[in-house]
Amino acid sequence: MSNSISRFEDPGLPEHQHRKSDIDAIAANRAERQVAVLFLLSAIGTIGTIASYIFIDSKKFIYLPILGDTNAQQLALGTGLAASLFFIGIAAVHWAKTLMPDEEVIAERHEFRSSDEDRADFVTTVKERAGAAGLGRRSLIKRSMGIALGLIGLSPLVLLRDLGPLPKQQLFTTDWSAGVRLVTDPGDRPIKPSDLEVGAVAQVLPQLPAGTERTLENVGKDAVLLIRIRPEDFNLDAERLSWTHDGIIAFSKICSHMGCAVALYEQQTKHLLCPCHQSTFDVTRAAKVIFGPAARPLPQLALTLDADGYLVAKQGFTEPVGPSFWERNSA
Amino acid sequence: MKQSERIAGNVASYIDDRTGAAGWAKKNLTKVFPDHWSFMLGEIALYSFVILLLSGTFLTFWFDPSQQEVVYNGAYAPLSHVSMSASYASTLHISFDVRGGLLMRQIHHWAALIFMAAIVVHLLRVFFTGAFRKPREANWLIGIGLLTLGIVEGFLGYSLPDDLLSGTGIRIAEAIIQAIPVVGSYLSFFAFGGAFPGHVFIPRIYIVHVLLLPGIFLALITVHLMLVWYQKHTQYPGPGRKETNVVGYPLMPVYMAKAGGFFFIVFGVTAFLGAVASINPIWLYGPYTPGQISAGSQPDWYMGWLDGLVRMAPPLETHAFGHTISWNILIPGLIIPGILFTGMALYPFIESWISGDNREHHLLDRPRNVPNRTALGAMSLSFMIISLANGGNDIIATHFHLTINGIMWFTRFGLFIVPPIVFIITKRICLSLQRADREIVLHGRETGRLVMTPEGEFIEVHEELSAEKKWTLTQHEQRPALTATAVDSNGTSSRAGLKGKLRARMSAANAEQIPAPTSAELQELEGGHH
Repeated sequence: MSNSISRFEDPGLPEHQHRKSDIDAIAANRAERQVAVLFLLSAIGTIGTIASYIFIDSKKFIYLPILGDTNAQQLALGTGLAASLFFIGIAAVHWAKTLMPDEEVIAERHEFRSSDEDRADFVTTVKERAGAAGLGRRSLIKRSMGIALGLIGLSPLVLLRDLGPLPKQQLFTTDWSAGVRLVTDPGDRPIKPSDLEVGAVAQVLPQLPAGTERTLENVGKDAVLLIRIRPEDFNLDAERLSWTHDGIIAFSKICSHMGCAVALYEQQTKHLLCPCHQSTFDVTRAAKVIFGPAARPLPQLALTLDADGYLVAKQGFTEPVGPSFWERNSA
Repeated sequence: MKQSERIAGNVASYIDDRTGAAGWAKKNLTKVFPDHWSFMLGEIALYSFVILLLSGTFLTFWFDPSQQEVVYNGAYAPLSHVSMSASYASTLHISFDVRGGLLMRQIHHWAALIFMAAIVVHLLRVFFTGAFRKPREANWLIGIGLLTLGIVEGFLGYSLPDDLLSGTGIRIAEAIIQAIPVVGSYLSFFAFGGAFPGHVFIPRIYIVHVLLLPGIFLALITVHLMLVWYQKHTQYPGPGRKETNVVGYPLMPVYMAKAGGFFFIVFGVTAFLGAVASINPIWLYGPYTPGQISAGSQPDWYMGWLDGLVRMAPPLETHAFGHTISWNILIPGLIIPGILFTGMALYPFIESWISGDNREHHLLDRPRNVPNRTALGAMSLSFMIISLANGGNDIIATHFHLTINGIMWFTRFGLFIVPPIVFIITKRICLSLQRADREIVLHGRETGRLVMTPEGEFIEVHEELSAEKKWTLTQHEQRPALTATAVDSNGTSSRAGLKGKLRARMSAANAEQIPAPTSAELQELEGGHH
């Protein structure tokens, strides 16, 4: 193409323009003073930082517009530190821009590729050295070395085995079982149906056997939401309806999607919403997923009353709670 | 000779006697670095890393990475006598009882956000200007590695305080691990030392966060910088700038002062943010318990796109043969990020395969002159922005009075519809800008001065561009497309295979350009005028 023949020509580096401080001694001296002032501002910043460390009460809060209540010492330390750092930077850059040479320099670049001769020599050397080791000829060594090196990675894997126990049945089970009382969280008090008004919602946990300490692992699978609505608002099949008690229904609070606590209950629509990924569950239809990424309803806990009139679980959960996992075997 | 010069001379000869470094040092102290504001983006990332090391070391002196339960009795009254993990309690201690502790925590967190932002913007600069081309592919790969590790490191970092927000993040991470087919439950139990949350996860990620990953970072950053040094920095095209030279300022003193000064500026700005801008106020969230959560749970921004993808995933699970596969977690949480990052890593190799260009490149591209690459970058960016927006859908909904459902449906479709549109528009803009360049080179700059000709006609005076400007606008190379047969250099078969055809088609798309004006064209036009 004619393109390559009649291209515009590279005019080369434009002529260097002198700065004022290059030709005017007064301007240069002014620039020097400016740099000095900037360095001194940094020094003042450091002194301010040290002074505020010593003299400002570390518990004192002050009110500032926009920032609100702020710890006075943290603020003073921070702004002092910021000033001491920032002005060093500005001083150095100003120095470079006004007083250091600003003439652009051209350095040549060379192609990285070595000469053909060197490259050929390199290949020959590698072949020759490898040949000297007998890598090509002694296949017994080559193969056995392959086995040894291939296997050596297994030891660290085996050594990491004790990082944790095997899951066994832990993902399938909770502390709920037939007759276990629902207790408030916090407070550990058993609950009667009369404790819940229509429209109320409460977080409950299973009552653990006396002397058992409740751990976060327990809470992570046992947490249950107790919701009371008008019984006629339920839209459940006979079995699920029998799991409720007088408008009170219980679901696992651990989201069936990724395990967050499904904590937002909207009283009007009777929807439960997970704040993590917005999966929305319809309480009246056994926590059916009506929006969002969750693929399964929240497991429902069957309720009944014990002899003393307290709410208890009729049975444990009939499916694993929380997010899905490979071994999980129910839709 | 002044005394100071004599001392400097003595030090230099002491060192050179033992290392022979004088020759190397002489050459490298005058090494030339090109100057451009966009070359400071990577510097910001580097300096933020240093700030992270310094502020992070400070925090380790008081932080106790333990999930043992303690009862808090520090200065923050609202949480007095509350049971919490030692890591949460010690984070409160740093925030309220250590002088300057809150400041350092906030500097550390701000520096982490700036670190990630600088990496991303630096990556975009490198991508859009073609700085990843031969011989810099290795540095591109290291950069992708640093980006990936940065996301992990940031996540682990903000998970350490064991507050309600970060604990929820760990719970989600656990669900992703658990969703991995076949081995998920085992991996989760190994990582957490048993059932979630357990007592070992925070001590474990602590050592990864403060030792293992920073060590890998340090090694990768060192290699990254050594390669920049050895291969010499790329430069933007312009008068006097060639593939065979570097035009700029010498390391000593100009670049040392500017880059060194810039470190202090970055540190100063970060410290100022730490002083006045509250970030991650963990005392407001409370200690973590799996039974509670706060509304508006958000990860840090560099994780937001991932969370956004998870939020918009359709509710898909496969239940078969007694096993469950959670596509709603695997696709957005592992498969899409895997494809994105693999594609990003392979891009330099794909582009050079399409173009058949195997030469070294040290002059950067102006993004408009490579329309397809620029459009691809803009398209990927729009994909990420839509995902990120959906990661904050609850916040957007409350701030702009929209419904979460509406935003979710918009992003679910938008994720597929918007990026191709962005591609087409960006490509058209690039070609239009090329046309504008051509126009201004051939017809000059519009001066806004109107002149009346003797015939009574008004014309606007156009001023011819300077030779420097003309060169900058026309210096780029416009390679013709490869043809399907030329592609197949095999020689045995004259017919191009499917791969060859694909390559030829993409090569043709890449070659779509507005012809750069030539001096011959300009002369011809000028001849016409006179």
